[in-house]
Amino acid sequence: MSMNSVGRPTRPDQQTPGVGGSLTGARGLLQDEALIFELGGWDKTGVDLEAPKFDASDLGDLVRTAPMGLPGLSEPETMRHYVRLSQKNHAIDLALYPLGSCTMKHNPRLNEKMARLAGFGDLHPLTPVSASQGALALMDRLAHWLKTLTAMPAVAMSPKAGAHGELCGLLCIKAAHEAKGQGHRRTVLVPTSAHGTNPATAAFVGYSVTEIAQTEDGRVDLADLEAKLSADVAAIMVTNPNTCGLFERDIVEIARLTHEVGAYFYCDGANFNAIVGRVRPGDLGVDAMHINLHKTFSTPHGGGGPGAGPVVLSAALAPFAPAPWVVSGSNGFDLIESPEGDAVQGFGRMVAFQGQMGMFVRAYAYMLSHGADGLRQVAEDAVLNANYIKARLSKVMTPAFPEGPCMHEALFDDHWLEGTGITTLDFAKAMIDEGFHPMTMYFPLVVHGAMLIEPTETESKLELDRFCDALIALAHAAKAGDVDRFTGAPYLAPLRRLDETQAARKPKLTWKPVSQTPLAAE
Amino acid sequence: MRFTKDHEWVELDGDIATVGITAYAADQLGDVVFVETPDLGKSLKSGDAMAVVESVKAASDVYAPLSGEVVEANGTLGDAPETVNDQPEGLGWFAKIKIADRAEFDALMDRPAYEAFLGSL
Amino acid sequence: MRYLPLTPADRAKMLSVIGAKSIDDLFIDVPGVAQIRDLFDLPRHAGEMEVERELAALAAMNRPAGSGPFFCGAGAYKHHIPATVDHVIQRSEFLTSYTPYQPEIAQGTLQVLFEFQTQVAALTGLDVANASMYDGSTACAEAVMMAQRVTRRNKAVLSGGLHPHYAAVTQTIASAESMEITRLAAAIDAEAAVIASIDNDTACVVVQTPNAFGTVTDVSKVAEAAHAAGALLIVVTTEAISFGLLKSPGEMGADIAVAEGQSIGVGLSYGGPYVGLFACKEKYVRQMPGRLCGETLDAEGRRGFVLTLSTREQHIRRDKATSNICTNSGLCALAFTIHLSLLGERGLKSLAALNHSRARELRDALAVIPGVQILTPRFFNEFAVRLPVNAAETVEALVGQGIVAGVPYSRLAPEAGMDDVLLVAATETTTEADIAALVVALKGRTGQ
Repeated sequence: MSMNSVGRPTRPDQQTPGVGGSLTGARGLLQDEALIFELGGWDKTGVDLEAPKFDASDLGDLVRTAPMGLPGLSEPETMRHYVRLSQKNHAIDLALYPLGSCTMKHNPRLNEKMARLAGFGDLHPLTPVSASQGALALMDRLAHWLKTLTAMPAVAMSPKAGAHGELCGLLCIKAAHEAKGQGHRRTVLVPTSAHGTNPATAAFVGYSVTEIAQTEDGRVDLADLEAKLSADVAAIMVTNPNTCGLFERDIVEIARLTHEVGAYFYCDGANFNAIVGRVRPGDLGVDAMHINLHKTFSTPHGGGGPGAGPVVLSAALAPFAPAPWVVSGSNGFDLIESPEGDAVQGFGRMVAFQGQMGMFVRAYAYMLSHGADGLRQVAEDAVLNANYIKARLSKVMTPAFPEGPCMHEALFDDHWLEGTGITTLDFAKAMIDEGFHPMTMYFPLVVHGAMLIEPTETESKLELDRFCDALIALAHAAKAGDVDRFTGAPYLAPLRRLDETQAARKPKLTWKPVSQTPLAAE
Repeated sequence: MRFTKDHEWVELDGDIATVGITAYAADQLGDVVFVETPDLGKSLKSGDAMAVVESVKAASDVYAPLSGEVVEANGTLGDAPETVNDQPEGLGWFAKIKIADRAEFDALMDRPAYEAFLGSL
Repeated sequence: MRYLPLTPADRAKMLSVIGAKSIDDLFIDVPGVAQIRDLFDLPRHAGEMEVERELAALAAMNRPAGSGPFFCGAGAYKHHIPATVDHVIQRSEFLTSYTPYQPEIAQGTLQVLFEFQTQVAALTGLDVANASMYDGSTACAEAVMMAQRVTRRNKAVLSGGLHPHYAAVTQTIASAESMEITRLAAAIDAEAAVIASIDNDTACVVVQTPNAFGTVTDVSKVAEAAHAAGALLIVVTTEAISFGLLKSPGEMGADIAVAEGQSIGVGLSYGGPYVGLFACKEKYVRQMPGRLCGETLDAEGRRGFVLTLSTREQHIRRDKATSNICTNSGLCALAFTIHLSLLGERGLKSLAALNHSRARELRDALAVIPGVQILTPRFFNEFAVRLPVNAAETVEALVGQGIVAGVPYSRLAPEAGMDDVLLVAATETTTEADIAALVVALKGRTGQ
């Protein structure tokens, strides 16, 4: 069988007793909140609507008669339910959120306010072009910033997330090869340290994936790359700065070698925040790169989305961009939704409408606030903060790549935990008890027991020191044999460690009534 | 019982080979939560992916150690995937294969050789 | 710069701890040719007031749906969103949290996702639902890819009633995986042609109800035909409020149901972010794309929720994953769940009935305009009309009078040759005065 080294305990060791729990299940002011389906709201509603003038008799037996099983609650009950739930979440607004590769930075509230202006938030996607000139102008200005910051001549705005941007980029590449009579190329090269989305996207588009080895200093192995580049290779996908938090020193050579065999260079731009305002991917030979607006340009992560992933394109790929796109003419802006004519080579369409306008507004407000000077400072402070953490923690933990500076994230391995009986997972869970969200663990796959820490530029030195002090204290406790502090952690969170094994063996994916009690009171 | 470097085991009874994953593999994988066994009648060549075994954080292909035709799949793993952890080299078997070439079996490692191989990892 | 906490003194101290002379020392791995010393040719930083001024000026050039008579639908609908929804989704703990990979400190998000999944399954009448997709159109494309995995067949039939953008997205994505897509000609009543196109190589048929022309259809017969041929039925819905009035996809035999969830809790926002709903029969759950939340227990035996069945996903299975999707639409799913919790079954039914009633009022008002022909036989809150004049030109002319009359079908599919067809939608936000204004304006335009 194919072995995968990321297997690790996914259920608690045993049922461990609580630390003198309450009588109600609450933990102080943290309430034990039932599911919306258990609050008795089978015949309630929290909205007041006028009665309809006409009934639905014209629809005959198309009308739904079976009960749906949807509870409703009054407004105060709804508010309380969701506010109680909210309090069980960690958030950037509470403390440093050091998830490497995820870029959890402060989300300015001005951006929220701007996205909610009626002219943006209440604008229908099919409003006549003459009545949505401000939206098109904003897309055009945002595109200008993205192109200027990357030194790329074109940008496809519609992809809805990073992985969706990867898909867009690879579809451009595929279309470009087909236009050149190179449609037979079947392989995409991806480094072993890549995000899972890279090989998944390449496979989704029908390419086969070949991995490129990594050197001991955490970069693409040029010799291995050269050996694997051939006339069958359609593209190479490289993250830069890479997932080890390092800049690919040979990036220009990687691009040259790739182009030499007629392949394109897709850059995963997830870590663009480390170099924005200082380095332009276009100068490195990149053909396509998605930009996660929810990372570099701080649109909120929202518990897992929505994001936005516009893709900047080189001149070679620009003609193949998907619809729609914005053009400017004598009568203002126009939106090309259904390209016509022989000149059109676009590969098709990624989404129903124009993309994530709500994220465009936020990202543009973020850019205007920072300006060219502020964005450069963003990259410099993000890199400074990561190196500061690396310097302070290297005294007690083992950095995966000790030589030279890192970029925006510091990567440690688990060698320093050897012999303690404590794993990366245990250490991370103990961080929760100290008030911090764990770092990214067990990624990238090329580093054993990886701990990837990304502080971002929006942390003060005081907060960085609090974080480092906490981790150093934990590291000392680990080395001193205070094992229970780790293996049973977290003790102080809303819940203790969860049994993921049981969740996967017997999946319960929806709530079901316990007994046969009727769902809806008729 | 014979073994592969990919951590499958095989036991031969006449021309019917019972195949599973080794105790070492089951331990490395962690708690097994799902097993996809091969379709009956599927014709396999040695080295083909014949089954999938999943833990919470990993999904692994299980390769056919021998060529032949699938004559039985272990139906109990659907409801009780934990059997792979509890009795990997017994009740946690994956499939029975009617083998085509006995020489393939003879070429596999015996237990001392497999244990030596594990020691080298 | 107001978002950057480090002071010059902090930076100097931190550089000395690192052992670097200047910030440039930390960028030494960047090749010299790519080191940009000067600031880029872009404006310098700006205060809140300046930023607000520029964006407010841009916003003022757009015509919000709520600012007057407005009849656009075609995949995005103007609905009232209760104030509670927007308040709760702006709470820091929801807005500024990440994907719930650490369940002990993400139960808020996880429990909401579990509630969301249960609500979506209930609405669609299917067994299981995932934790959301980007939007309805990408969910549609993913459903077709899933049908290919389930059936191991390569052909998909797309109904002529499917939203043209959804068809285009599906065609783009599925043909990249070498699927053969049969896209039927646009049709107001499309199901007979769909049934005729099913054969034994068909992986799935994709039908929409209410469809792109607003037509409501019982697709049970399509389900029977698809299942007889060993194909899956995918039912698409672009107006989620319709679930409150119409038979569910599950009841009609759907194997997979996908929908645009924007109508429940999510603003129009010029096309995104929206929230894709994705539900299916339980037996297909392992072929489903996207995140799933499941119930379990913690070490003290208390109920909790975790992301589960993750081995389907890209971060574990990489090139063998069911989809490349990673980021989803979490915050929009939260808005959807809060709005639906406020509505409840009772409120959703009332809201759906009100939408349908408003559309009937609109139909009756338009039907008496000479030269205007109602094309959609059975509808929920949107229908197609044939005008005696060009629809796109009419819409453009009426915008000048402060009325957004609807969506010309030609905007969605210029090649369909339906230049005189206008799609009009009414919702609970539509008033009698709005309808009266549209009638007057249309009469003026059509020369009556």
